[in-house]
Amino acid sequence: MLNTVYRLKSPRHFEVAFTDEQTTGKVIVRPLYLSICHADQRYYQGKRAKSVLDQKLPMALIHEGIGQVIFDDTNTFKIGQPVVMIPNMPNETNENIAENYLYSSKFRGSTIDGFMQEYICATPDRFVPLPEDIDLELAAFLEIVTVSYHAISRFMKIAHNNRKEIGVWGDGNLGFITALLLKYMLPDSRIYIFGVDSNKLADFTFADRCILVRDIPVNLKIDHAFECVGTAASANAIDQIIDTINPEGTVSILGVSEDRVPINTRMVLEKGLRFFGSSRSGREDYIGTINLLKDNPNILQYLHTLVGYIKNVRTINDIVDAFETDISKIKGKTIMKWEV
Amino acid sequence: MNSKSNVYALILAGGKGSRMGNSEKPKQFLEICSKPIIIYTIEKFMLYNSFEKIIVLAPKQWVKTTEDIIAKYFPENDRIAVVCGGPTRNETILNGINYIEDNLSIDEDTIIVTHDAVRPFVTHRIITENIESAKKYGACDTVIPATDTIVVDDKNNFIDDIPDRSKMNQGQTPQSFKALTLKRHYQTLTSEEKEILTDACKIMLLKGEKVHLVQGEVFNIKITYPFDIKMATAILEG
Repeated sequence: MLNTVYRLKSPRHFEVAFTDEQTTGKVIVRPLYLSICHADQRYYQGKRAKSVLDQKLPMALIHEGIGQVIFDDTNTFKIGQPVVMIPNMPNETNENIAENYLYSSKFRGSTIDGFMQEYICATPDRFVPLPEDIDLELAAFLEIVTVSYHAISRFMKIAHNNRKEIGVWGDGNLGFITALLLKYMLPDSRIYIFGVDSNKLADFTFADRCILVRDIPVNLKIDHAFECVGTAASANAIDQIIDTINPEGTVSILGVSEDRVPINTRMVLEKGLRFFGSSRSGREDYIGTINLLKDNPNILQYLHTLVGYIKNVRTINDIVDAFETDISKIKGKTIMKWEV
Repeated sequence: MNSKSNVYALILAGGKGSRMGNSEKPKQFLEICSKPIIIYTIEKFMLYNSFEKIIVLAPKQWVKTTEDIIAKYFPENDRIAVVCGGPTRNETILNGINYIEDNLSIDEDTIIVTHDAVRPFVTHRIITENIESAKKYGACDTVIPATDTIVVDDKNNFIDDIPDRSKMNQGQTPQSFKALTLKRHYQTLTSEEKEILTDACKIMLLKGEKVHLVQGEVFNIKITYPFDIKMATAILEG
């Protein structure tokens, strides 16, 4: 089956390519809504190292998206069924290492073509049915929700049980989603948000407390922390976390930084802190996230506030417009209604 | 499959490919990357679940071959029918409409999406917009803006006219229609008109019907000449 693939050839330039997909034992999904992530923007704007761009491009971007099943050689799905598409592509299973951390796994929009394709062809385990009543524009960025779910699930296995106060650093999309999920996955905990923009912090209406990082009270203490800042600002965020967290607390790192981040290891040792990183997610996180949303429909209302610019995309010019508009957004997700 | 969509695909595989160098084989059977061109095209339409039936119209002498090739790539499939084409493009389309009338179901709202078997790079969007346009306007044509200046000759090796390029488009396929409207208009043509009118959209135009334009793609090429095979192979192999 001929498939049209829309690849980033060089920063800000897309090109059309074709692949001949083998469909035996596969499911074919027509993408309906795709969501742009910071990682996509780093490729689009050429912010990755030249050696990385040289190695990875041309490549189709986008790892957040949903679609509709149009062909199923495995009889797993109904034709027309809406599904969320999993970008992680494992090639083996390992009882100790999750699929998203295996060296052999591929990831769409990073090591193989992302979802900017006419059709997505994969084995049935790479798709998870969506609840019938879910808003598809919102579901477009379910992937980033699963990343938060994944990090919190791991946190719950690692962190000690004194979880009265949990701090989330970062007032962007990832911070919002992580804080929101914490509120529902750990309902007995008090969730504090630490950010730099009071306007953005005002949107965390579900949080127990919002704090500007330049005004952190000296006597404020938290039991555990989630870092959702990334970039060069990670260093300050991690510094503030180390200063604010109680001994033996657990720090979950989610923010991506292109640069190395200095860490005050003296205080990490002195306080006996645990740091762990989380990246991406796997099938079980998608299933867990969807079940969480089914059990707590209020989460959907909050997530809906993140739906930003929705662009109908029929041509490469429309793709460029979506990416360019996304650059100047203050908050929220840019969604492409995929009609190519 | 949506059994009440009332939309049919007509894959036009009528030509013998006289422009394809010395090849005797119709060009739709030539292979790109070890697969016949026509199979790539049918696969695109098979993925589109709105089509109640995909009717492949083949040259008379090539019907069995077409059936064999389709059976090889789509075993146990009941969505594809191979039907004998006619002597002209429009007669071929008419055979397709007659097949729907005789064997399936047809009414005034029935849509046919007619497509060249040798345009395998058609996209989901183009097919979608064809169906939507045909339902809304009754007829549509797929086009891309002309890139070359069009020069009209006066039949004596001099320029008669150079039309404004911004108004010029190059026709592609699919072309989509309300089936019974097209059939009625075709039947009112004289034998002479039928000879001249090689394009189904022109029939609709001459009979006062509006034909909506759907934006095509530059890569939705028609594989006509040996060069096109090389081009298509290069496109697919990247």
